[in-house]
Amino acid sequence: MKRFRFLTVVVLVLLAVACSSSDESGEATDNFDRKTLLENIADNIVIPAYQSFSVDMAALRTATSDFVSTTDESNLVELRQAWSTAFVSWQSVSMFEIGKAEEISFRNFMNVYPVSSTNIETNISSGTYDLTSVSQQDEQGFGSLDFLINGLSDSDTAIVGFYTDATTGVNYENYLTDLVTRMDDMTSEVLNDWTGDFRDSFVNNSGSSATSSLDKLVNDFIFHYEKHLRAGKIGIPAGVFSGTPLDDRVEAIYKGDLSKTLFNANLDALQDFFNGKHFTSNTTGQSLKTYLDFLNTIKDGEDLSNLINNQFNTARTIATNLNEDFSEQVRTNNSLMLNTYDELQKNVVFLKVDMLQAIAINIDFVDADGD
Amino acid sequence: MKFQLNEYFKKNTEAAPLAVFRIFFGLMMLISIIRFWSYGWIDKLYIQPTFFFSYYGFDFIKPIGNYTYVIFLLCAISAIFVMIGYKYRLAIIVFFLSFTYIELMDKTTYLNHYYFISILSFLLIFLPANSYYSLDAKLKGVSFQKIPSWTIDVIKLLLGIVYFYAGLAKLNSDWLVKAMPLKIWLPSKYDIPLIGDLMQEQWVHYAFSYTGAIYDLTIPFLLLFRKTRIFAFIMVVVFHVLTRVLFPIGMFPYIMIVGALIFFESNIHHKILQFISRVSGVKKVTFDTNEILNIQSRRVKIIKPVLGVFFVIQLLLPFRYVLYPGELFWTEEGYRFSWRVMLMEKAGYANFKIVNEKTGQRFYVDNDDFLTPFQQKQMATQPDFILEYANYLKSHFEKQGHQNVQVFVESYVALNGRLSSQYIDPKVDLGKQKESFKHKTWIIPFKDEIKGL
Repeated sequence: MKRFRFLTVVVLVLLAVACSSSDESGEATDNFDRKTLLENIADNIVIPAYQSFSVDMAALRTATSDFVSTTDESNLVELRQAWSTAFVSWQSVSMFEIGKAEEISFRNFMNVYPVSSTNIETNISSGTYDLTSVSQQDEQGFGSLDFLINGLSDSDTAIVGFYTDATTGVNYENYLTDLVTRMDDMTSEVLNDWTGDFRDSFVNNSGSSATSSLDKLVNDFIFHYEKHLRAGKIGIPAGVFSGTPLDDRVEAIYKGDLSKTLFNANLDALQDFFNGKHFTSNTTGQSLKTYLDFLNTIKDGEDLSNLINNQFNTARTIATNLNEDFSEQVRTNNSLMLNTYDELQKNVVFLKVDMLQAIAINIDFVDADGD
Repeated sequence: MKFQLNEYFKKNTEAAPLAVFRIFFGLMMLISIIRFWSYGWIDKLYIQPTFFFSYYGFDFIKPIGNYTYVIFLLCAISAIFVMIGYKYRLAIIVFFLSFTYIELMDKTTYLNHYYFISILSFLLIFLPANSYYSLDAKLKGVSFQKIPSWTIDVIKLLLGIVYFYAGLAKLNSDWLVKAMPLKIWLPSKYDIPLIGDLMQEQWVHYAFSYTGAIYDLTIPFLLLFRKTRIFAFIMVVVFHVLTRVLFPIGMFPYIMIVGALIFFESNIHHKILQFISRVSGVKKVTFDTNEILNIQSRRVKIIKPVLGVFFVIQLLLPFRYVLYPGELFWTEEGYRFSWRVMLMEKAGYANFKIVNEKTGQRFYVDNDDFLTPFQQKQMATQPDFILEYANYLKSHFEKQGHQNVQVFVESYVALNGRLSSQYIDPKVDLGKQKESFKHKTWIIPFKDEIKGL
């Protein structure tokens, strides 16, 4: 190996000499430091976002225990508020399915929808369930909480009634507590990993292999954009994949008027990630945007980062006209929902085709030989 | 002329280079298959997918479930037989058939290298590679130390074609004027020790492009002449090891390095065989008979036209693209089997829409339901893949009970750093289109121009 490196250097030096006579101006293209990019993502985006989410999860846990100890309508309203806050906060971290989050399938346990209300009821009445089982993802997370605090009945009095029922009330309380505890525990697990060893191994894994941090993160980012934002929040309810609208597939279906807020929070988080914008601040650092701009100085192509940002903005503008409740939107005027989908779709092309090509990242570890 | 050719066919040479070539070829193939198997690629590429892309006219060749492993096993065993030269003719035929079968199962995995192995093993069927230092020769007690020169020269010719045509293909404006696609690929190799930083420099991209083209065009000739041979071989090693470091190209660099040995004089091969006989205990001296192999004239009468046609095809096939309109890199009509290696960075996205022709009701297909990520990647940039998949979707949804099924695709492709643009006419019902060797009129023409061969 050493000998080979020597040979390479010799060849390269020869090449350098051979080419020095050409009138290449040798533009000063400073090397882009991927490590700085990863540091910015870890220290200014991912970790602060998880910390903030973790605070909101802790508040949700407190609100839950308050509700369980004093089960009344005012505590239900408090709990609902804490749930909404945490759910919106979740939209800033859901795309980072890497490290511990990937290991424990964080996203699938936290936010699968639609949930199965029948199975939830079964779990509650039997009192025996294993929430760590993959088969139980449809019975927990934000969607199941949505059912438990918004979906049991139309009136708050009746919902509280489920928890104060002399015989089955305790089962409801236990299930609610178990769900929130598990979500909070998983969140701590993921956050502790980031603030512990994972941050450094993430930042130091700055290579270009299929398992490097940047490769994985970019794949996660695009996957999330395509599957969870474009399809999950908009496309599937709008019936893009089924032919007919499915108004029961929206996020936070029982709460109803939260789906647009969740969508916007997620759209913002994805665009901020792309631009390297620090969490809850207007400062920006090294990001996919600056990386694309750097690569563009080499190949002198179209201003891709600008195109991507414009497309993010177009989708956001179109979506402003949507109803707060996507379920309602799908029923009354689905074409507006489809228009939003179309604008989101255009960025899939920029992200998945043009951006991946520019930064020479393979789609999801296609590990086979090339020519 | 005819007289000269006859004279040429009478010329004899040492059999050792061909024997060494046979041994290394068998060994490399064996390692390749073990490597492929151990990475779990048989399962991943040929067992797990539910749909496979066929070559036009070969749609009856498919993976056969778990029995696919048997084909690989057969291929590995025949490689061993080739290596030791036991029942050589049968072994190389089985190898050619099993290897080619594997390659025909799914064109997603098409690589020029695999095609090269296929046609090389076909060529080897007609060569007396077991006449010297083989188990066949030992068992029969007849070893031929000399064989007709042409039996070695045809391998050199094939190797020469591969390199030279790969060089010709690089003579285009993207490669030479824009240094594409190396300008995209090399900066992503920033983390390679020592040379990582250089990969960001423009002049390096151009240097690599030009050296690559010059290397491919000249290396067959440099290997042919005795005076330049050592230098050429060093270049072969450096070039292929460098490509191995920079790109994920598997076993191919080693195969080419070992293959280039065939250009050397026989004294080197005798030394290699001496080394092998010391390691293996199979004594080389017993094969050194000075006997000359005379291939039966009856056989030669068959071999000559077969190889004649074979090489004419090899020389013409890469140029078939001139029969198609449009930009070759964009339409890829006539792109495969032409030694066009590492010329394109092409990425695409294809979103299929199923429409009921009568009611206008429509929905989009989730490609994950049918294709692996690898298949999706290959499908999105190649029209014949898009068509085959569209036809499959049509029959799939018809079987599900959908009526009046039309298949449209919204697809975008980016080529060598250009911004992506629409690839396939979104208004054409692909369900009605059939595969053929004719030009596919529903490919939207390339917006730019790439000059060159």
